[in-house]
Amino acid sequence: MIHFVLLISRQGKVRLTKWYSPYTQKERTKVIRELSGMILSRGPKLCNFLEWRGLKVVYKRYASLYFCMCVDADDNELETLEIIHHFVEILDRYFGNVCELDLIFNFHKAYYILDEVLIAGELQETSKKSVARVIAAQDTLIEHAKEQSNSLSNIIAQATK
Amino acid sequence: MESWANVIMKKAFKHGSQNTIDQLKTIGRELSMGTQGNWLSSKEYLDLVKAIGEAKSKAEEESIVMAEIEHLKKRIMEPDVPRKKMKEYIIRLVYVEMLGHDASFGYIYAVKMTHDDNLLCKRSGYLATTLFLNEDHDLIILIVNTIQKDLKSDNYLVVCAALTAVCKLINEETIPAVLPQVVDLLGHPKEQVRKKAVMALHRFQQRSPSSMSHLLTKFRQILCDKDPSVMSAALCALFDLVSADVKGFKNLTASFVSILKQVAEHRLPRAYDYHRTPAPFIQIKLLKILALLGAGDKHASENMYSVLMDVIKRNEPGKGDPGSNITNAILYECICTITAIMANSKLLGLAAEITSRFLKSDSHNYKYMGIDALGRVIEINPDFAEEHQLSVIDCLEDQDDTLKRKTLDLLYKMTKSSNVEVIVDRMISYMRTLSDAHNKTEIATRIIELTERFAPSNQWFIQTMNQVFELAGDLVPVKVAHDLMRLLSKGAGEDDEEADSLLRSSAVESYLQLLAEPKLPSILLQVACWVLGEYGTVDGTHSADDIIGKLCDVAEAHPGDNVVKGYAITAITKICAFEIGAGREVELIPECRSFVDDLLASHSTDLQQRAYELQVFFGLGADLVRKVLPVNGSGEEIEFDRELPFLQEFVDSALANGARPYLDENERLGVDSGMSSFVSSSRSHHEPSHGLRFEAYETPTAAIPSGSAAAPSSLLPDFEESVTELTRSVRNQTDSSQVDLLGPEVARLRLDGVQRKWGRTSGSSQPSLAPTPASEQQRRDSGVSEGASSNKESSPAELWDGDGAEPRHEIYSSSFEGKKVEREIPAEKQRLAASLFGGSSVQKGSSGGVKGGVKASKAAGNVRPGEKGVPPRPAAGSGKKKNWSAAEPKQASSSLMDLVDMSGDDSLPVHDAKASYDPFKELEGLLGVPSTAASSTSVGLGKSTMDFMSLYDSAPVVSQSASSLAGDSDVLSLSHRRSGGMDGANGVEGGLIDLNILPSLSPLAGLGELAQSSSSLSPSTGVSDKKGPSRQHSLQKDAASRQVGVTPTGANPALFQDLFG
Repeated sequence: MIHFVLLISRQGKVRLTKWYSPYTQKERTKVIRELSGMILSRGPKLCNFLEWRGLKVVYKRYASLYFCMCVDADDNELETLEIIHHFVEILDRYFGNVCELDLIFNFHKAYYILDEVLIAGELQETSKKSVARVIAAQDTLIEHAKEQSNSLSNIIAQATK
Repeated sequence: MESWANVIMKKAFKHGSQNTIDQLKTIGRELSMGTQGNWLSSKEYLDLVKAIGEAKSKAEEESIVMAEIEHLKKRIMEPDVPRKKMKEYIIRLVYVEMLGHDASFGYIYAVKMTHDDNLLCKRSGYLATTLFLNEDHDLIILIVNTIQKDLKSDNYLVVCAALTAVCKLINEETIPAVLPQVVDLLGHPKEQVRKKAVMALHRFQQRSPSSMSHLLTKFRQILCDKDPSVMSAALCALFDLVSADVKGFKNLTASFVSILKQVAEHRLPRAYDYHRTPAPFIQIKLLKILALLGAGDKHASENMYSVLMDVIKRNEPGKGDPGSNITNAILYECICTITAIMANSKLLGLAAEITSRFLKSDSHNYKYMGIDALGRVIEINPDFAEEHQLSVIDCLEDQDDTLKRKTLDLLYKMTKSSNVEVIVDRMISYMRTLSDAHNKTEIATRIIELTERFAPSNQWFIQTMNQVFELAGDLVPVKVAHDLMRLLSKGAGEDDEEADSLLRSSAVESYLQLLAEPKLPSILLQVACWVLGEYGTVDGTHSADDIIGKLCDVAEAHPGDNVVKGYAITAITKICAFEIGAGREVELIPECRSFVDDLLASHSTDLQQRAYELQVFFGLGADLVRKVLPVNGSGEEIEFDRELPFLQEFVDSALANGARPYLDENERLGVDSGMSSFVSSSRSHHEPSHGLRFEAYETPTAAIPSGSAAAPSSLLPDFEESVTELTRSVRNQTDSSQVDLLGPEVARLRLDGVQRKWGRTSGSSQPSLAPTPASEQQRRDSGVSEGASSNKESSPAELWDGDGAEPRHEIYSSSFEGKKVEREIPAEKQRLAASLFGGSSVQKGSSGGVKGGVKASKAAGNVRPGEKGVPPRPAAGSGKKKNWSAAEPKQASSSLMDLVDMSGDDSLPVHDAKASYDPFKELEGLLGVPSTAASSTSVGLGKSTMDFMSLYDSAPVVSQSASSLAGDSDVLSLSHRRSGGMDGANGVEGGLIDLNILPSLSPLAGLGELAQSSSSLSPSTGVSDKKGPSRQHSLQKDAASRQVGVTPTGANPALFQDLFG
């Protein structure tokens, strides 16, 4: 299973973290510091895997962002690489030519998408279309709900005047 | 407008110039103004993100975030924060927390937000809670109700949000609360909901398999779901289920095979394609499951052949084409499956082909996978490795650390006795480059394993081990060092003494060389000291003074390392003993003299004891020393008999005298059931019958009756708990004289301390512990009371300090009166307890006792053969003696038990005093003590310590037995005194025999036996096991207070102050 997902910028800044196994805040900071040090210092031609504390970290660099996933030692690294890529493709499709900035300012949306791709540390949806559909549904519904609540509160506000 | 702003912002970030940043700021502001409806575009938030983005240093970023936290703290707690604002705060909290800061003050608001009716807020709330909370967080309980409600919602998005939260937040305790609803959702019309419900069930299954057992069939049904994503979700769960219980799912093999076939044949909707490969993630999952099902099952494997062939054929790229990542991922998974099941040669051939393609690839990723695959293939066909030697060597020398490590893993799997030297050499040179402890430990473990399994020669083994110790230092488990010592002491295994001694001399040489180097890890120094002590002077090339000088240097160079010091002093002791044994005059060189003097005043009781023991040897004759520490004695096996047959006659005579036969623990517990309530509630009922004992132990000034009335349960809560087992057994058998004997001791011992601590009332518990009166007991009791009242405090010091040996000897040899006998026993016990609990002044006393004891027995041997057994510890002789001897088995066991109990604690104060110590080493040190102190125990030293350490591997039982070891070792040092008392009849050799036998009770025993013996010998140990720390804690307190009370006149009051002041 996937123990955590990290998005780290080339400068070592954290852009997104998602923990599927329990880590305390302290451990999280430590893990991030340790891993970003290890990953950022690796050369471009080396393999995209790290053996780390009995687990494996698979990372891939997209522009200035490193996507890292930590998986069990007996998981398929190439598959994990593709899961990362799968996620990136979905982000790309959603944001339209995604860049780091999208993730900075809309990190909550990235979280929602990640929640549709992975759940409880497992890949839950392998169809990009289906992910896109759900996210779109959520977005429109949210818009819808927002309008509704606005109008409702307006009505109430007016009524109570 | 938003998208336009976005584009410019992106541009700005990409260029990053000051200009564009400025531009960005304005745009950000505009943006936030323009789209106020968008809940995340608040100006504050954008400013925050930008400020952090522009921070020049980590410190600057910190300060920005800290300010933000303060700000949020203030704002979020304001009453009536509008929902929209609150939502934004929460998202900002998430941001802060993501950056690694603590936002726990806001968790409750996130939880609150999940209660919101607005889907938007609800989702933000759920998102924040899943990010903030781990499943064991206290706030989870507040969210369960909301989740329950939301799972029933008719809006499928709400249900989805709730299910996502369920996966992260629901823990073992709360599973039952949501389980039925999640199961219901398996029938939900929306596939997204079904899929998430399956994943949630999978999570539950991981958390608490027991609560899910009735749902196993559900997973099978889901497998037939018409939606592929639901089916694939079920595969995750099934993979776990199958790996837990392969047999139960064998009948699904055909289904999995057919699903895989359909997926591979592209029967799933196009949406599931990934880079034109049909549902690769599903294929991989299926392959994993098939690997489990086919392992070791010929029939199931055969069913998979064709589909595996098919999958490989479809994914194998054309010639010269490296293939895409995803097809290679599937192919790699195929190799895993093929090597896991009972594959035919054709499939294996294909697997080998793919592996070679991976290995020959330019991509490091594929090389890595290839090395891994090669490791799997050669497990089935070892010859395959040769083809790829070159690729493997390339990978080994690659600059990529991950690849290098993976290759070493492979080599580790390939190691044979023919190539072990090369491989271990490689590993060691790799280890040199490592810095982090985790990897070092791992590779050191592997090297050690390989070396132990395949070492071509002992010489090489020792050298390799030295290197490992040098590089990995204290990361190496202590056991390894002990194995090395054992190897040296036992030799090659054949009876080739010459080769052994050559080996030892070479070891001595190599360690002498090593010691010249600065900065060696402690463990290596320990081994070196041991080897030098044991074999340094054996072959005659080095003089004793040389070696002793070296050892002193070692100790001097590591002033803070008491373990090394302990090894050094013990080694010096051994060398001196060998010299004395050989009839040579030993004059310690000055630096050694001062080293020993240092240790005599050391704060470590262990070191002190060792130093005193060294001194003892100078006073002994050559014959005795030879027996005590024979040259090369550590390789000898010591047999022992846990049945203690030599005590049989004591038992028989005791039984003949009307003692009750020994009941084993279970029987006693059976009798005792319900005793504990009795203990606490109705103590007073029993007091009358114990009145005698009560008087016996009371100090003259104590108000006897008043105490007894008050006695009961309120008194000494923790003490009572801790002694419950003892008191129980004791009380239960009040009419049994043997137990009586034990009873008063135990009781008095413990109560002594308590008394000090709690004042007079504590006396009241004594009566309950006291046995029924008997004339003998009366006598004894009065003696005891005398001792307790007047001599209790001073007797240890008086009796044992200086060279009290002779006078004492006379006293006890001339008169076997019960009084004195009895008086002495408690004193002894007290001292034992005190020494176990580790005040250094006390320790001094006890080592003085050892000395005295040795002298006494020696004197007995030389001077008065007739009376030799007569002991410092005086129970022998008289009718009392009968009692003693009758009690012997019990006595032995109970004293052991007592020791064990206390020694369990004993280690604690020691550690407290020097927290930096490895407790194991400390215990080991304790073990070492008796060996030098007492006669032929030393024979067992090497072995016993080793065994002891091997015991140490982990299990709680073992640790218990380990502590019993420590206890026993103290028995050893005490046994000098006790020996005569226990079996004076044994004659001249009394002391020695006794010593032989007592140690054999434990340190020499193997792991299992120890574990057993500690429980069988000491009935209460088992019980105390369960009691755990609380018991220890209370005993510790008890002991501390007792020490203060009992031995104020210790030999070295200053040390005393150090420890307790």
